[in-house]
Amino acid sequence: MDAIFESLPQYWDGFLRTLFLAVVSGVIALLLGTLLAAMRVSPVAALRGFSTFYVEVARNTPLTIIFFFSAIVLPRLGVKFEQFEVAAIIALSSYTAAFVAEAVRSGVNSVPVGQAEAARSIGMTFAQVLGFIVLPQALRTVVPPLINIMIALVKNSSVAGAFFVLELFGYGLQLSNSRGDAVMWILIGVAFFYLLITVPLGLLAHFVERKVAIAR
Amino acid sequence: MTSVLYDVPGPKARRISLIGSVLGSIIITGGVVGAIVILSSQGIFNASRWEVFVNESAKDVWTQLGLGVLATLQAAGVAAIIAFPLGVALCLLRISLISWIRVPTQVVLEFLRGMPVVLMILFVLLVFATSPFVAVVSGLVLYNAAIFAEILRAGIQSLPKGQREAGLAIGLRSFQSRMSIEFPQAIRRMLPSLVAQLVVLLKDTSLGYIVAYEELLRKVKLISDLEPSLLFSAFFVGAAIYILINLSVSRLAIWIERRGTKKAAGGTAKAVETVDLELGTAGPK
Repeated sequence: MDAIFESLPQYWDGFLRTLFLAVVSGVIALLLGTLLAAMRVSPVAALRGFSTFYVEVARNTPLTIIFFFSAIVLPRLGVKFEQFEVAAIIALSSYTAAFVAEAVRSGVNSVPVGQAEAARSIGMTFAQVLGFIVLPQALRTVVPPLINIMIALVKNSSVAGAFFVLELFGYGLQLSNSRGDAVMWILIGVAFFYLLITVPLGLLAHFVERKVAIAR
Repeated sequence: MTSVLYDVPGPKARRISLIGSVLGSIIITGGVVGAIVILSSQGIFNASRWEVFVNESAKDVWTQLGLGVLATLQAAGVAAIIAFPLGVALCLLRISLISWIRVPTQVVLEFLRGMPVVLMILFVLLVFATSPFVAVVSGLVLYNAAIFAEILRAGIQSLPKGQREAGLAIGLRSFQSRMSIEFPQAIRRMLPSLVAQLVVLLKDTSLGYIVAYEELLRKVKLISDLEPSLLFSAFFVGAAIYILINLSVSRLAIWIERRGTKKAAGGTAKAVETVDLELGTAGPK
């Protein structure tokens, strides 16, 4: 038990880095994912095809493989990173973007047909229909699934710990080596800090689901 | 599907769309060509990097990769076989009518779902000093049993109320009604989500790499440690195998969803589309 309190500085550092990874990758994934979803429903066949291909492949690739690629294979190919955080952010955001794209797309599909029809019948173009009518409604219905994707992102960021980034799990690995006597408490401490992020986010998703989402 | 977003294209729109397609293709092809140029400047396409898959030592390389695939499937298979009954049991406890059983189960499930799988694997490995295989399987079982329980709960709750009422009315006890009327239908109804969760389980076996379980990715690493120039080709083949396996299971889930079922009230539910199948609290829609 003492091991937890003695390791608090490391936990705090790891906690902040986990948050940093999750926030930066989350923002990038949201932007990239929304773009991919827009491409997926666009009239341009090449964009549709590319988006479908990307989403299908990324969703069916293990995250560890993507991390392996960005942290081990890329540097060997001459793409060097100053910090491994960059490799982790690339891996996390390119993986999560595919799930964001799927969530947004199913949100777009959940907007009643009449909305888009009405918009088109008053003469809006595709970009206007999507930007002013469909996406604003779609994004509201996808808020709870998006929060759940962010929870998964926080949990997934733990894989970065195994690829040279000292976030929570990374410190967990390091501390359980140096404090071999108290492995159990060290890891319980790590678990506590993860729950500190995921449980409130889960409650938020639950709350938003009931309050903000529009009833149709 | 979403064609309602735009009109049937006229000549002008077709032209714009064509130009867009061409431009889009050019940009995408440009990216791919750029990547290929970078790769080939590293000598990736030299025959020497790839002939290991066909020459006399090919047998060893393929044997190693094959063992890796086998280890991956073995971990996933064992984990799935243990996790499913455990998921059913957890689901039963979670929907129990007795609150001192239901509430603690709910806390346990929230705990398991809020935890990174890799942390659970490491915990089992270090605290119980097990072999990597046992650690990987236990981590996967704990996490996926919790998810299976949530999926099944959503399935049972989505059944028409009359199913349970009818069961109780003909004199079945609560547990009998659950086992012989509700679960069989819930499982059929949620089959797409359950199979989709198998993809997540399969993907998560790659976390075994982190605890030195000799699954596919670890084999790729071992091959490239022996012969560094093979890193890219071994990685490429390994990733392709992983993606092929997962894509086929994903397709299976979609096929089951399309086929539907007449044996469950309400038919087949859609597979939930999420990372790690976070169901949210309301369950799949």
